[in-house]
Amino acid sequence: MSEPTLPPIGMLAELTHRCPLQCPYCSNPLELLKANRELDTQTWLDLFLQAADLGVLQVHLSGGEPTLRRDLEQLIAGLSARGVYTNLITAGVGIAEGRIEAFAEAGLDHLQLSFQGARRVTTDRIGNHQGSHEKKLETAHRARAAGLPLTINAPVHRHNIEEVPEFIDLALSLDAERLEIANVQYAGWALANRDRLMPDLAAVNRQADIVAAARERLAGIMTIDFVTPDYFAIYPKPCMGGWARDAFMVAPDGTVLPCHAAQTIPSLRFERFGDRKLAEIWTDSPAFNAFRGTDWMREPCRSCERREIDWGGCRCQAMAIAGDAAATDPACVKSPIHNRMAMLTDAAQAEAAPEGNESFIFRRIGSPQRDPTRALEPARR
Amino acid sequence: MTAQRERAIVSPRSVPSLPRHVRIQHDPVRQAFAVLSPEKVFWPNEISLDILRRCDGRSSVERIIADLAADYDADPQDVAADVVAFLQEWSDKLLVKL
Repeated sequence: MSEPTLPPIGMLAELTHRCPLQCPYCSNPLELLKANRELDTQTWLDLFLQAADLGVLQVHLSGGEPTLRRDLEQLIAGLSARGVYTNLITAGVGIAEGRIEAFAEAGLDHLQLSFQGARRVTTDRIGNHQGSHEKKLETAHRARAAGLPLTINAPVHRHNIEEVPEFIDLALSLDAERLEIANVQYAGWALANRDRLMPDLAAVNRQADIVAAARERLAGIMTIDFVTPDYFAIYPKPCMGGWARDAFMVAPDGTVLPCHAAQTIPSLRFERFGDRKLAEIWTDSPAFNAFRGTDWMREPCRSCERREIDWGGCRCQAMAIAGDAAATDPACVKSPIHNRMAMLTDAAQAEAAPEGNESFIFRRIGSPQRDPTRALEPARR
Repeated sequence: MTAQRERAIVSPRSVPSLPRHVRIQHDPVRQAFAVLSPEKVFWPNEISLDILRRCDGRSSVERIIADLAADYDADPQDVAADVVAFLQEWSDKLLVKL
């Protein structure tokens, strides 16, 4: 019944948790690691070689802000020499003169640049960083001038969902090949800020129509990838393409994880690269095997004809909403608690503060805010 | 502002190439050729791979069709229909430059 474990194709390397921005929907965990917990250059390079040996074809260099690593050029060069496809995922703020060109020279294949808003004021407010929009525009121009292919990534929520048409124009004006309209996934900091970020159904539907029309209009001109909003879904996403199926991620300290939010599942223990070889972790680690394939499934997943399409959806969303990581993702219409998703989105609308007055819990190192009463305090700048 | 790009339409005289963000690579682990792009990895079948390998920025679509028809000992008209449809689809996804 259970298929053999296949080699992974993709790896997300969170090189650091440090970041100049403080986006309230960051996918990093609430407990962020300081610089002194980060792997050193040689350890990352060793890890990359083991990943390539194992079958990884693409590495996404992310964070935090990966360009804060002064050895990023070296890491890119190491991957490139081994023939691994490299994708740099950056916020594009504070990248020193000459570095983007150095990344390109080291063999970088592609650059993905996030915009918190299509408008200056939105970008600066959501990232809690004055002047960031302007710096991002400059990064986009520098990337294109260095010959790097460009994706614009737009994380979408209540405060910028009406800017979707402007995001499309922005990406075209920056000569991007690709645009990601990515509805925020409510894990990590986004879960802590859920009520402050959740859009309403009418806005979600308008957005879907706009994206569908733009995709048709822009065929052959710009690719638009659309990450749909889970809370308004009928079927769940195959999160990470299925737990430990063809991708994994590594935290700044070398902890190897099946996905961003896996550490929110309290029953699982994760292993660190260095303590064990990557191949052993991928194949034998109990955490990786916990939800691999379909054997772990209960009803309604077990007998569902979609079980090898969506692989039960997101384990962390099941943990967050159903309180049970082995439950069907509540985003699925077949989940017995599917209606809880609508209740949560309705509740979020009832809590909505007037635009510009939200009290986001901004992402910061050293201020994990697990206590919900603290979450109500307005953030100070 | 950059110049507005337009959708490219395949013609016999198009000279297709792979854009910088797309590359074909042999994967020794899976013993297969992969096409790598920013977020996706494709595993093309033999015919698709033969088309993509000829997207070298030098060969015209006309030439690619003639070559493939010879290699596969097939009717050039049938090959033409398949090649044009394939290249248009890949161009629309920005995975092939025309």
